[in-house]
Amino acid sequence: MTDLPASLAEIRDDFLALPEPQRLQLLLEFANELPELPERLAGHPELQERVAECQSPVYIVLEVDGDTVAMHATAPREAPTTRGFASILAQGLTGLSVADALAVPDDFPQSLGLTRAVSPLRIAGMTGMLLRAKRQIRARTAGAA
Amino acid sequence: MSVAADDRQQKFAGYAHPDRLVSTQWLADHLGEPGLVVVESDEDVLLYETGHIPGAVKVDWHTELNDPVIRDYVDGEGFAALLSRKGISRDDTVVIYGDKNNWWAAYALWVFSLFGHRDVRLLDGGRDLWIAEGRPLTTDAPVPSPTEYPVIERDDTVLRAYKDDVLAHLGNPLIDVRSPEEFDGSRTSAPAYPEEGALRAGHIPSAQNVPWAKAVAADGTFRPRAELEEIYLAGAGLTPGADVIAYCRIGERSAHTWFVLQHLLGFENVRNYDGSWTEWGSAVRVPIVTGAEPGAVPVR
Repeated sequence: MTDLPASLAEIRDDFLALPEPQRLQLLLEFANELPELPERLAGHPELQERVAECQSPVYIVLEVDGDTVAMHATAPREAPTTRGFASILAQGLTGLSVADALAVPDDFPQSLGLTRAVSPLRIAGMTGMLLRAKRQIRARTAGAA
Repeated sequence: MSVAADDRQQKFAGYAHPDRLVSTQWLADHLGEPGLVVVESDEDVLLYETGHIPGAVKVDWHTELNDPVIRDYVDGEGFAALLSRKGISRDDTVVIYGDKNNWWAAYALWVFSLFGHRDVRLLDGGRDLWIAEGRPLTTDAPVPSPTEYPVIERDDTVLRAYKDDVLAHLGNPLIDVRSPEEFDGSRTSAPAYPEEGALRAGHIPSAQNVPWAKAVAADGTFRPRAELEEIYLAGAGLTPGADVIAYCRIGERSAHTWFVLQHLLGFENVRNYDGSWTEWGSAVRVPIVTGAEPGAVPVR
C-alpha cells in the first residue's frame, strides 16, 4: 500500500470509513460525478478503449501530457456501478505523474471495502479497467523517453 | 393476501399461465394495494438506487440470493430472513421487474419458485418499458414493515438440475440459451462480457442453441405465444410434454428461458441447470461438442 498515491488513498479511506450500505451510496455519488468526455475525444471512438471485463459498455481514454496523466471515461447512465468505478479511477489517476500512476497496485479495487457489497465479479470489472488504464499509459509513453 | 391477476391483456390469455405476468398499466393501477410487493432485481447493483418504481424493494441476485461462501442459493433460513426484511409475506403477490429484458428478474423469480413462493409474477417489459412509457420513478427508499416469512426448505428436485442430472438426461431435450459464439466454442462468455471460469468451450452434446433474448420483442415484452412456439417448437424441435433442461453460463439467462417454457408455453417438466457452462466446461471427462451443430449424444 505504500505506493498508493494520496488521491487514491483518500478515496479508499473515505470508503472504509463508512458502514457497508453507505459505501454503495458513495459509489453512486462517484457515478454521478463522472464528467462527460471532453469534446476533442467524444467524437473519436477510435481513441476509446472498450473495457471488456465490465458487463456494461464502458470506454476509457488515457492521455499523457508531459509527465502528467489524465483519464477520461464514458459509460451509460443505466450502468451506475461501472460509472462509479470509472469515476473513482478517473479522479484518482488524473493529475498523477506517469511513474505514480503505473505504481498503483493492481489490487487497488479490492482495497475499497466494496467486494462484499458489490460482489467479487463486479469488482473484477474495475480491476480490468485499472489494468487497461495502466497499459494505455505505458503505450502512450513508450518511445517517448 | 394476493392480488387479482391481470386479465385484461389479450396476449397474456394465450399463455399457459397468464397469471404469471402483469402489464405496466396493471402495475400502475395496483401500486400500493395491500398484499402486493414489487421487487426490482437488476444486473447492476446500483441501478435501483438511481430510481425505482415507487414502493419497490430491491433484491440483489449476487449479494442476497446467493450463499456468500458456497456456490449455491441461500437456504430456507436465509430466504426467510431476506423476505422478512423486505416486508414480504408467504401469501403476498410478488411482482418482479428488472433491467435487460427482465434477465435477472426472471432469475430471482426462479429462486423464489425454488422456495415455493406461490404467487410471483414478472412485469412484462421490465424496467425499461416502465421508463419508456414515462411512468414515475423515485429515489425514496421504502421502509418495509418486517414480516415473519416462514422457514421453507428449498426444493431443488423439480425446477433445478445438477450436473449429474444433466448426464442422466442426455438424449432428452437440452436448450443452450447462450450466444452462438459461446455455443460453437469460440468463446466461454457472452460477447462483451468478461471471460471467466470455464476451462473448455463448446456445448453439451445434442443441445439446441436458442439465445435467451429471442423470446423477447424489441420493446422488452415477451413475444406472443404463437411466435414463441415458432421459436421453441418449430425451431428447436421441442414437443409438448417434453422433459427439458435449459442452461447458460451460470444459470441466469436460462432462468429466463425456464420462465418462457414453463409459464408461457406450459411445459411441465423444465429444469434450470444453474451450474451451467462454468461447471460443465470445467468438469473432468464430461462430453462436449464444438461447432454450430448440436452433435450426437455419446454412447454410454
